[in-house]
Formats: sequence, C-alpha cells, structure tokens
Amino acid sequence: MELHQLTIHELQELLSRKETSALEITQSIFTRIHAVDDQVRAFITLTEEEALANAREIDKQGEYGRIAGIPLGVKDIFCTRGVKTTCASRILENFVPTYDSTAAGRLFAEKGILAGKLNMDEFAMGSSTEQSAFFPTCNPWNLSRVPGGSSGGSAAAVAADEVPFALGTDTGGSIRQPASFCGVVGLKPTYGRVSRWGVIAYASSLDQVGTFAKDVRDCALVMNIISGKDPLDSTCVDLPVPDYSASLDGNVKGMKIAYPREYFQPGIDSHVQDAIKKALLKYEEMGAVVDEVSLPHSEYALPAYYLVATAEASANLARYDGVRYGLRDFEAANVIDMFSRSRAEGFGAEVKRRIMLGSYALSSGYYDAYYLKALKVRRLIADDFSKVFANFDLIVSPTAPTVAFNIGEQIGDPLTLYMNDILTVPINMAGLPAMSIPCGFHEGMPVGMQLIGPAFGESTLFKAAFAFEQNTDFHTFRPALEVK
Amino acid sequence: MALTIKEVEYVAKLARLQLNEDEKQIFAEQLSSILKYVEKLNELPTDGVEPLAHILPVYNVFRADEIRPGTPREEILANAPLVEDGQYKVPKIM
Repeated sequence: MELHQLTIHELQELLSRKETSALEITQSIFTRIHAVDDQVRAFITLTEEEALANAREIDKQGEYGRIAGIPLGVKDIFCTRGVKTTCASRILENFVPTYDSTAAGRLFAEKGILAGKLNMDEFAMGSSTEQSAFFPTCNPWNLSRVPGGSSGGSAAAVAADEVPFALGTDTGGSIRQPASFCGVVGLKPTYGRVSRWGVIAYASSLDQVGTFAKDVRDCALVMNIISGKDPLDSTCVDLPVPDYSASLDGNVKGMKIAYPREYFQPGIDSHVQDAIKKALLKYEEMGAVVDEVSLPHSEYALPAYYLVATAEASANLARYDGVRYGLRDFEAANVIDMFSRSRAEGFGAEVKRRIMLGSYALSSGYYDAYYLKALKVRRLIADDFSKVFANFDLIVSPTAPTVAFNIGEQIGDPLTLYMNDILTVPINMAGLPAMSIPCGFHEGMPVGMQLIGPAFGESTLFKAAFAFEQNTDFHTFRPALEVK
Repeated sequence: MALTIKEVEYVAKLARLQLNEDEKQIFAEQLSSILKYVEKLNELPTDGVEPLAHILPVYNVFRADEIRPGTPREEILANAPLVEDGQYKVPKIM
C-alpha cells in the first residue's frame, strides 16, 4: 500500500510511530493528484505549495494528534482564508474569503492540511456535478459516468485516493448520493450538529455540513472534530458531542432496524433494491431485528422540498448583486440594471431556474398555495419519521434510485435530475442524520445503503455502519484508474 | 399551471435576473412542468397542520455584547469590483 491509499487512522498510526512524516504523506497525495486528476477533475483549486510548507512545519514540531499532518479536501462552498472560494460559480470566480468557515477552521486548528478546493454543482444545486460553471467531475469507477452531486468533487477525490477525507454539504442528498455513486462513506449529520458559519448558503433550513471518508472509523474521527456549538452560528445546537469513535464496537445485537416500503418501489432499480435487501439479511445474521414500516408521506417530500429549497435559495442568493464582491457587469447604466445583468452573467442555468421557481413560490398571491403548503407537508413528513423512531433505532434504505448514470444523460430535463434525490430529501426535510455506506456493486458501479437515525442519533449510525463494515469488504474496493 | 412569458418576465424582475428571449421561453416551459409536478401536494389535506419552518426547538440565542476585532476594511474591499475612497462604488441609483 502507498501512503495516498491509506485511511486517516492508518496514517495517524504511522505518524505516531515516526514511520512516516506529514511531508511524505502530503507529497504522496500530490503525486497521486497529479497522476489522476486530469481524468477525474475533482479539484477546482490546489494549494500544493502551502500544503507542503504546512507539512514541513508540522514535522518540525513533531507532534501528531488526531489529524495533524494529514491532508484533506474541502468542497468549494466552504470559505477558506486566502484561498479562492468559488462555489463553482462564475459569480464568485475570483472571490477570496478573509476568514475560514468554522468546520474547515476546526480541521486546520488540528493541523489538518488543506490539499485543495473541490468541484461541485454551482451553489450546490444539482445531483451530478455537471452544473459546475467550470467543468464536470468524472466518476473514478467509470470516467464516462457522473460522480453524483452536489459534492461530487469531494466524493470522487476520496474514491480516487486523492485525499483521505473531504468536507461536503448536504441540502437534499448532496453528501449521501455522491458517496453512494463513488463507493465511499458519507455522513450528513443532524441539522444543527455542525456549524455552518462561513459555508455559502443554499437553503438555510436544510443545509448541513458533513464529511466523506474511506471508512466508518475515519468518518467518526472527523465528526468528533467538527461537531458542536459555535457562537457564530445560532442554528448550531449547544448539545454535548459524544465520542463517536466509542460507538464503533461492531455490536448490533437486538438493534431494531426498519425498512420503509415506500423506499423499495418500482422506480428504484431492482439491483439496488437487491443489494440493500442482502445487507438487511446481513444485519439479521448479526443479531439485529429487521421489520418493514411505512413512511406514508414519502412521495410528497420531493415536491415539497423543491418549493422550500428554492424559496430559501431565492432569498439567500439575493446577496450576489455585484456590489461588494463577485462578478459585476460594468456596462449597466444604473444600479438596478447592474444587479440584473451581473446576476444574468454570473449564474448558470440551474441556479437561475431555482431562483425563478423560489421567487415565484414566494411572490404575492402564491405564497400560501406553494410555500406555506410545502411547510405543512414538511410537518407531516417529519411526523412520519418520529412515529417510526418511537419503535425503532434505525431506518435503512437505498441511498439513490440507481447507480451512477452517464455524463450528459439527464442534463436536459430538470425533473428527471431532481428524481435522484427522492430517497434523500425526506431526511433533510425532517432534519435527521443519515449516512451512505458502500454495500454492493452493479454494472461495476458502487451501490450505497442509507442509514437514517433519530435526531442527534449519529452514534447509532456509526455503530450500525461499523458493524456492517466489519462483516463485509465493500469498503476495501477502489477504482482502477490509469496512472499518468 | 402553465406560466406565461409575461409571468416569467414579472418573476425575473422580482428576482433581478435579466433573461434573454430564449431563456424566457425555456423557463416558461420548464417552470410550468415543475409547478405541475409540485401541485401533487394538493392531493394532501393539510387543514389544521402547523407549518414546519425549522426542525430545531431553538429560539433566541444570545451572547455577551463584547468588543472584538473585526476584519480590516482593506481586506474586505479587496474583493470589491469597484472601490473609491475606501467605499464601494456603484452606478447612479436615481
């Protein structure tokens, strides 16, 4: 095994035994990036020079903590001090933040080393990373397929061994669906578990920060660092953070696992369903109790989500007006024209579409019919989950309806593309934690299993996910990329 | 419901988005089909259901009002498209 292939905990062990250095690890990571990223195209910005200088400094100090000396990637939606943060949009193409987002900053404070900023769908709006204003990212398992989205660069970079772990965000599935498509572990924590300060906002009642990793142990380790109260984000909850690593005992005996019948419908690829059903049998073998349940309002989650998310987006994205930062049109004769023209030039088609839909849903005369109606349906969706969690510890489902599709296959039709999120958006609507872990392959592409927990039940997710990982080998497979 | 070009123009004005004729046509079609899809919600009776805007039982969050260092003006203005005398410069408003 080469250094770039290892997990955080493996690297950490080598560092603590002085068998390698932060510099060797960082060099190995950049050698890998230079060898494969021409094909994968996961990174928008690389911070190689700073990373190597950082590694040398950490080695000089010679103290290695939880992630000290270990490189990481960050979705280009997280503000990083002095490092361009584009949100994969022309409108922020030259934006250089003056501060670090809290989540990324906590990793830097632990001496994690920034390798670069990762590609995404523009403003996190999309499910394939094809909506990046700059270029699409390719799935490392098959370069003609999408990596999923919106955090496609993060998932692809981890799958391609370009970084041991990466940060992402998830508003309707943007961590779990790409984790599923790329065969890595991806966690969207409970709404309020991780600070969103310094993360460019899409839909504020749904957005949550989370992480991609090569295995469940690494995912828990990163969550231990980024979780917890932040005075700079009033929606970040003041609840104690349990040691997530302590829940990795591999024991699911007596755990009550539900699978919702609405998540195993004909629209979900039968091979994907089979992989999840096999995983459920595995859980039974391990001593868990598995039973079918109903989440009766599931089919209403997606239409309600597209109203809530776009309404919030239309308000959040009003700040991009060409005045204080970002792209400005200099031809406009007056300030209103400057706003309209700057936004027209700076935003891509999907972003415009969602701003338009959201503005319409919030406009006078339509607010009650669309936005308010969606919020009422949201209550019914959240109640569905509460009822199941009164009797169960965990809900299991497929993460996405299919394995990764081909680049270009769905780009023409927004509604088809939105259907990718049908199994993930209900969880954001209810604010619950959910994780995708690899559980099979179809057409040579990874299949992801979604584990859903009650609010602030991340420990249960880690416990169940780790037990599955210990009894299977899906997480050990890596795509065979041609090294240049 | 189907959106007319006029309605698209009105929403674009609210959203401060300049659209060309092609975009207006495409958005009229695409938004109409998305709105038709979301009308599925009307199948559900929701009378008496309390809207859920936010999933956390968190209300006001207070902190001590202490003076702390801010970001220097030059750093902030470094991102601005046009600056004059330490301030943002924009075209005429009136």
